[in-house]
Amino acid sequence: MGDFADDRLGTAGDDFYEALLEAHKGLSFEKSAALNARLVLILANRIGDLETLSAALTAARGSKE
Amino acid sequence: MPRYEYRRFGYTTPPELSGGRPRDYKVAIVGAGPIGLALAIDLALKGVASVVLDDNDVVSIGSRAICWAKRTLEIFDRLGVGERMVEKGITWKVGRVYHRDRELYAFDLLPEAGHKMPAFINLQQYYVEQYLVDRARDFPELVDLRFKNNVIGIENSNSGATIKLETPDGTYNLAADYVVACDGARSPIRSMLGLEFRGQLFEERFLIADIEMQADFPADRRFWFEPTFHEGESALLHKQPDDIYRIDLQLGWDADPEEEKKPEKVIPRIKAIVGERPFEIDWVSVYTFQCSRLERFVHGRVIFAGDSAHVVSPFGARGGNGGIQDVDALGWRLAAVVKGEASEGIFERYNAERVHGADENIKNSARTTNFMTPKSDMEKMMRRAVLDLAAEMPFARRLINSGRLSVPCSLERFYNRHLSAAPLPPGRVAVDAPLEKNGEDTWLLSELDAGFTLVSFGGGAGPAIAGVRHMSVGADHGDLIDRRGFALDRYGTRLSYLFRPDQHICAVFRKPTEEYVRAVVDKELGR
Repeated sequence: MGDFADDRLGTAGDDFYEALLEAHKGLSFEKSAALNARLVLILANRIGDLETLSAALTAARGSKE
Repeated sequence: MPRYEYRRFGYTTPPELSGGRPRDYKVAIVGAGPIGLALAIDLALKGVASVVLDDNDVVSIGSRAICWAKRTLEIFDRLGVGERMVEKGITWKVGRVYHRDRELYAFDLLPEAGHKMPAFINLQQYYVEQYLVDRARDFPELVDLRFKNNVIGIENSNSGATIKLETPDGTYNLAADYVVACDGARSPIRSMLGLEFRGQLFEERFLIADIEMQADFPADRRFWFEPTFHEGESALLHKQPDDIYRIDLQLGWDADPEEEKKPEKVIPRIKAIVGERPFEIDWVSVYTFQCSRLERFVHGRVIFAGDSAHVVSPFGARGGNGGIQDVDALGWRLAAVVKGEASEGIFERYNAERVHGADENIKNSARTTNFMTPKSDMEKMMRRAVLDLAAEMPFARRLINSGRLSVPCSLERFYNRHLSAAPLPPGRVAVDAPLEKNGEDTWLLSELDAGFTLVSFGGGAGPAIAGVRHMSVGADHGDLIDRRGFALDRYGTRLSYLFRPDQHICAVFRKPTEEYVRAVVDKELGR
């Protein structure tokens, strides 16, 4: 699980977070959740490796809530 | 520890109103805060006289700006007040971030050795202003400090500006070749010239309090998201000299600023943080923040520096520190133009560099404020995910934004990088290093204290050029000896760096011929 913990964005992390909030701006909660769902699918396809995705699901699920 | 004792600087009737002969003013600086005073000292060190005008005659009431960054301290050191500030200030470099009562991570702002100045000190603005006034008084012929001289009008033209001043003895006009407006966030000069100050206002209120208290809290910057001791979204606790602590509490947009300032509201909030320790409130304010700037910082013969040109939210310490970087970029240019060594066109470069710096500061502090004030349920959920992941996943710690603290602005975009072998490219500010000169300890930055300087690392001769000093740095021989290896490690060997008077690298050479070096200097001076 170490791979998931490592920082790969560096200083671009702030740029990404800003862009993420920007993408959600003005959407209702439901539309925002739908955007997140589409985003997960797009990113999963981009990763394109089932083993990595399974590990990512476990990591996300293992964290609180 | 006795609290700071405010002393009036006093008012003296200006020569214009006491029958003295009218003077020819090259530079008038409006505002005797940290920015205006630092600029007057920088000009004085370069032999340029200025008159400093302030509506008040006392230092800042309340501590206001407290976090002074390494680059600011380096600039203050060049001006002759850096050591005094560090001696009095609380030195810190570690920031700790908590979620509720759990520490998520800590960041170290200066993990390496070999720098004269620390990552940060905390020092109340009133001390900084007092030290700067004391220093300015070392130049009685060059710095004309005029307190209780309130600017009530200004006329700007292509050849100079005339300001109208109100004093206890009446009004008078003062004409100067250049007026520098260092008159703060609510700049009267900006209003008088009708200039638009555009940006973003954050719908959030913060309580800022300085309290005096005996406690053994660490010097580290401690920041809580969703603290257990306060119902708001965040809290910040920071130590200052004289047993003063700064507390910032996020209150929400609906908080009533007048109510929240009342002791009966403030005291229980502070007790919730500090427990049963006795404390006294030194200063309280309720703030709303904005990030705004002027479109341009140069308007004819009126130049803006500091908060009059740009304001940011305070998380990141980019306000006062950004303003001091304005002074750094302006002082040498203004001195060179006044002395006839440079063309007025170089103020365009001041404008471009500092608009860039302001945008960087605004971008970073706006992001922090946005992270601290989620605007929708989804933003709250997103931030919650970051905080939850951060305990176990370092990548998420990088996304937590409790302030991206002030770093020197890089000017790389204004220069071509022609020597890829150089570890430091043109546009970067000089990186300090411990050195030895004639058997005595010194620092690289202490040697880059005036004018353009060409430094050959790993030895080598430099061309003799009027107005450009040359020095060599070597492991065991040269003008400066690098016994511990920091300088050669940071700058490389067999490379010559040309530094601007503000210690920024403006060129790197393998062979610094007279022709090349002169061409770079001429370009910097616009001639």
